[in-house]
Amino acid sequence: MSMDYEQYLSKTAIDLKPSGIRKFFDLAASMEGVVSLGVGEPDFVTPWNIRDEAINALQDGYTSYTANAGLLELRQEISNYVQRRFNVHYDPENQIIVTVGASQSIDLAFRAIVNPGDEVLIVEPAFVSYASLVILAGGVPVSISTYSENGFKVTPDQIEAAITDKTKAILICTPNNPTGTCLNKEELTEIAKVIQKHDLICITDEIYAELSYDDGFTSMASIPGMYERTILINGFSKGFAMTGWRLGFLSAPKEMVGLMVKIYQYTTMCAPHMLQRAAIEALQNSTDQVEHMRESYWRRRNYMVQALNNIGLDCHIPGGAFYVFPSIKHTGLTSEEFASQLLQQEKVAVVPGNAFGESGEGYIRCSYATSIEQLQEAMKRMERFIDSLK
Amino acid sequence: MKLSNDELNILAILEENHRVSTEAMAMQLNMTEDNVQKTIKKLEDNKIIVSYPTLIDWNQIEGKETVVAMIDVKVTPQRGVGFDEIAERIYRYPEVNSVYLMSGTYDLSVTLEGKTLQEVSKFVSNKLSTIDNVISTTTHFMLKRYKHDGVIIEGNDEDDKRMVVTP
Ligand SMILES: Cc1ncc(COP(=O)(O)O)c(C=O)c1O
Repeated sequence: MSMDYEQYLSKTAIDLKPSGIRKFFDLAASMEGVVSLGVGEPDFVTPWNIRDEAINALQDGYTSYTANAGLLELRQEISNYVQRRFNVHYDPENQIIVTVGASQSIDLAFRAIVNPGDEVLIVEPAFVSYASLVILAGGVPVSISTYSENGFKVTPDQIEAAITDKTKAILICTPNNPTGTCLNKEELTEIAKVIQKHDLICITDEIYAELSYDDGFTSMASIPGMYERTILINGFSKGFAMTGWRLGFLSAPKEMVGLMVKIYQYTTMCAPHMLQRAAIEALQNSTDQVEHMRESYWRRRNYMVQALNNIGLDCHIPGGAFYVFPSIKHTGLTSEEFASQLLQQEKVAVVPGNAFGESGEGYIRCSYATSIEQLQEAMKRMERFIDSLK
Repeated sequence: MKLSNDELNILAILEENHRVSTEAMAMQLNMTEDNVQKTIKKLEDNKIIVSYPTLIDWNQIEGKETVVAMIDVKVTPQRGVGFDEIAERIYRYPEVNSVYLMSGTYDLSVTLEGKTLQEVSKFVSNKLSTIDNVISTTTHFMLKRYKHDGVIIEGNDEDDKRMVVTP
């Protein structure tokens, strides 16, 4: 008997927008000799001291569940770290949860605050998962477009204009994927005023905080009046080069965290025990290595910005993360056309900007988390491609 | 000697890979290429950059295999010149790779490279031990090289295990 699966499957899930990245991945993965600027993760392997601790933890038999929120010892270290780096204090007992990647923190945040029909503002271009996670939590994502003329920074007026009586929260990501844009203290303060005026919750995704290059980094949670309405999301993936470990964390007022722990105990129980042990080592003893990686990205960012501008792809200088987001508008191609022709003609993989929201149309995301030789090769091929369009 | 940020950044790049073009270096550091070249020249002149060694694994090449020995040498220092003169008599031999003055139970650590065990042994007994003031030598033959000057010889951390496109 053949089944008509459509009628059994979740309509909400079916209606989620397919990821624009997935499509590209399939194409690029089938080709040989591709130089990829499409990778959204560090090119460093996790520092050895952290890997070694994971091995020790397995040898020592740390294979059981932990507390739902994570090992208290790790939460204590996270508390120290967040205090030290971002100057905000969270109580390890009841204000921090260790999650399976920052991804899961984002999911938990939406599940904990969204009621059916609540609107969540998302500043675009944005990381691919936010809008879908809002929908899965029963909410309505509302996008606010940002543009290169303004360095992809959202303004208080734009936020003001997007707010309705259904607006519950706003998601801010700084440094941003895909634009690399960093919001400084003054900009955050201006945004915070609107958020407070309209009594919104702010979910701040600061997963790239360690990779900020120019003015240092300010956390939204440290802006006066924001602490009590902010869900701060961070993790180990980017700054510590630990993407495959799937470890992230969130911190928030204890009333919110209590509810999130309740959800978390049903969905996941806890993050992997042996990896949590290694994460303690990451926070205690990796400052120099994180610094070394940051400096290396900073140099490559400088290279990429100049190299792209040299071949006529204008880009603003991204303050953080490991992405540059140049405009390809003058070629007359759409983002997808540009990316797929570039891949076919020159075997360089980039991600079309519209994968990150409508306002990403006309741009491409180039990740520079790859060796300088690969970057040079990619630029040579891209230059040839651009010339071929003339 | 105190270095500028630009100088430190150039050293960081060169230490990782000394074949990066000066153009790419200039772009990474927002400097002019001319300035990069001048800075490197200055670092070389000041012997901050001592040389750009090429690490060759000769043992992979048929007929080119080598034997490496590390020799602990005890010496009686000479009046006036201490250990320096004895060290010089040793490091002048081209087959000697390195000579360090050490604290602890012996004085000079000498690394030697030869084609065969016999060749190395002969050098130790005929040349090294016969130098005046050398009291004793202990020779350790190297069996396997895992890491050299920060480079892991057989590691596979270098392979890119990431997927080609990720969010
Ligand atoms: C902005 C942003 N947030 C969150 C994540 C997810 O991070 P994690 O690996 O910790 O789940 C990513 C990963 O690409 C990201 O770019």
